[in-house]
Amino acid sequence: MSESSTGRSGFPPAYLDRVGSSFTDFLGLAAPDLLPGRRTLPAAPLGELAPHGTTIVAVTYEGGVLMGGDRRATMGNLISSRDIEKVYAADSYSVIGIAGAAGIAIEMVRLYQVELEHYEKIEGVTMSLDGKANRLAGMIRGNLGAAMQGLAVVPLFAGYDLDAAEGASPGRIFSYDVTGGNYEERGYASVGSGSLFARNSLKKTWRTGLPADAATRSLVESLYDAADDDSATGGPDPVRRLYPIVYRVDAEGAVRLPDAEVAAVAETIIADRSAGNEAREV
Amino acid sequence: MTMPYYASAEQVMRDRSEYARKGISRGRSVAVLTYVDGVLFIAENPSATLHKVSELYDRIGFAAVGRYSEFESLRVAGVRLADVRGYSYNRRDVTGRVIANAYAQTLGAVFTEQLKPYEVELCVAEVGDSSGGDQLYRLTFDGSIVDESDFVVMGGQAETVANHLREHYTRGMGLREALRVGVRALSAVSPATAANGGGHDQLPAEQLEVAVLDRRRHKRAFRRVAGASLRSLLSDEPVPEEAAPPAAATHVHAPSAPAPGTPAGLGDPTAVDTAGGTEDRTLEPDTLDGAGGGTEGDQPQPRTDDER
Repeated sequence: MSESSTGRSGFPPAYLDRVGSSFTDFLGLAAPDLLPGRRTLPAAPLGELAPHGTTIVAVTYEGGVLMGGDRRATMGNLISSRDIEKVYAADSYSVIGIAGAAGIAIEMVRLYQVELEHYEKIEGVTMSLDGKANRLAGMIRGNLGAAMQGLAVVPLFAGYDLDAAEGASPGRIFSYDVTGGNYEERGYASVGSGSLFARNSLKKTWRTGLPADAATRSLVESLYDAADDDSATGGPDPVRRLYPIVYRVDAEGAVRLPDAEVAAVAETIIADRSAGNEAREV
Repeated sequence: MTMPYYASAEQVMRDRSEYARKGISRGRSVAVLTYVDGVLFIAENPSATLHKVSELYDRIGFAAVGRYSEFESLRVAGVRLADVRGYSYNRRDVTGRVIANAYAQTLGAVFTEQLKPYEVELCVAEVGDSSGGDQLYRLTFDGSIVDESDFVVMGGQAETVANHLREHYTRGMGLREALRVGVRALSAVSPATAANGGGHDQLPAEQLEVAVLDRRRHKRAFRRVAGASLRSLLSDEPVPEEAAPPAAATHVHAPSAPAPGTPAGLGDPTAVDTAGGTEDRTLEPDTLDGAGGGTEGDQPQPRTDDER
């Protein structure tokens, strides 16, 4: 943003112009250089140069929905970060997790958070959950050019639907593909390099209408299984006290589970699995 | 008819001021007060949806009187400026001063350059970490800006309300007390109260729009006080403050009917979330990952495993 936009003449004309409630659309008019999708990229594969985030998992439970992600980012064969955070609260009732090129993904999450808050402030009401899911699809669509060069961003979106019809589950999960396709998922979903293993794990441990603690365990265990088989997914790291990031969204809103709580779940899983191995050895 | 060839600048400005003042004085008043935990906005506003008070950013609020269409476009510009600045720098770099300056420049430019000035008066309020850090900027139609620390009154009979507040306002009041002082001051001039020919002793909750910038709140400090929590604050019974959590924004949209496996927005226009209505759900492809996936339960199961 140039200083002229706050300079002597007050608001530039675009600020006072037509009333639209989308922040992204407004940036496209007022400061297009700030939008992630508008930059020209060098015509070379960039996938090996940029850190990539890996596995994100979301599950529904009786009171809403949980989303968790491991802490690893990789760059080619290197681990570029052990403590990256890849799950964020999008607004008070929804969360977003990202897999893919970390730099672009985090910029996209920041833009998306402002987009939702901007709409809420301008309109005076929050966007419907389906509306939020669709806005995110539009952002992914804008990134297709970069995705073709190895900088794909694939998010997972989940939220508590305040408008859920009677009898419908208020916790809802939406998954995406690189072209901006938006699919609602039933029960659980995962994205990223370890998603195959995480999904296989969830298939065995997840049930409809699990209570919150069982669903948390199911989710953390699926990340453990993903880390077990996928080199790009990090497992629980008791040495550095690094555990998956888990968000819970229920009727009260989105909260991040305290590290101690996730650590306790992860340690129970490790203890249970080591006990199983000892029994076998005897 | 002859057209005057010359009007002195003084005459033009005086005419414009008078025009703007007249427009503003027709509206009802808004009071903005600091209290112990932040800033309190009180507006006499019978409409529940056309707001005079709103949120600009995490610690910054906005109140306005005058012509709705004009201050609404200024409010949107303020939200945009705050969000663009917060997005391109950092959330902490958005200050009330920056926004108030932009308003002052815009109002001043419109006042001097255009035939019709904006008929609005604005207040940009920013809540600090302690009561010493609270700032109220009052902006008038000609772009003048005044920095107040206790209270700002704008609108119809601002002077009468301000005099009333000068008598009764003290620094560091609690929310309940500040609200009572403010409502009493606004009631003194309101046409809705008995003293001025209306039907109430004092402005009732339905006629008020109340919001606070509460410094104790994490991140976004702005909160509307409405419904039961406003009535309990206005009544005399000692109800504990903020007993009621802010009502969730339910039923602002038509109910949604999730349809996993299908993109939203296709199919039956009366059920926008479903791709063709719930009764057809058995015909949709099953997108579950496989059999025995722990999906038994109360979710609809289109086919059994044997048929698959």
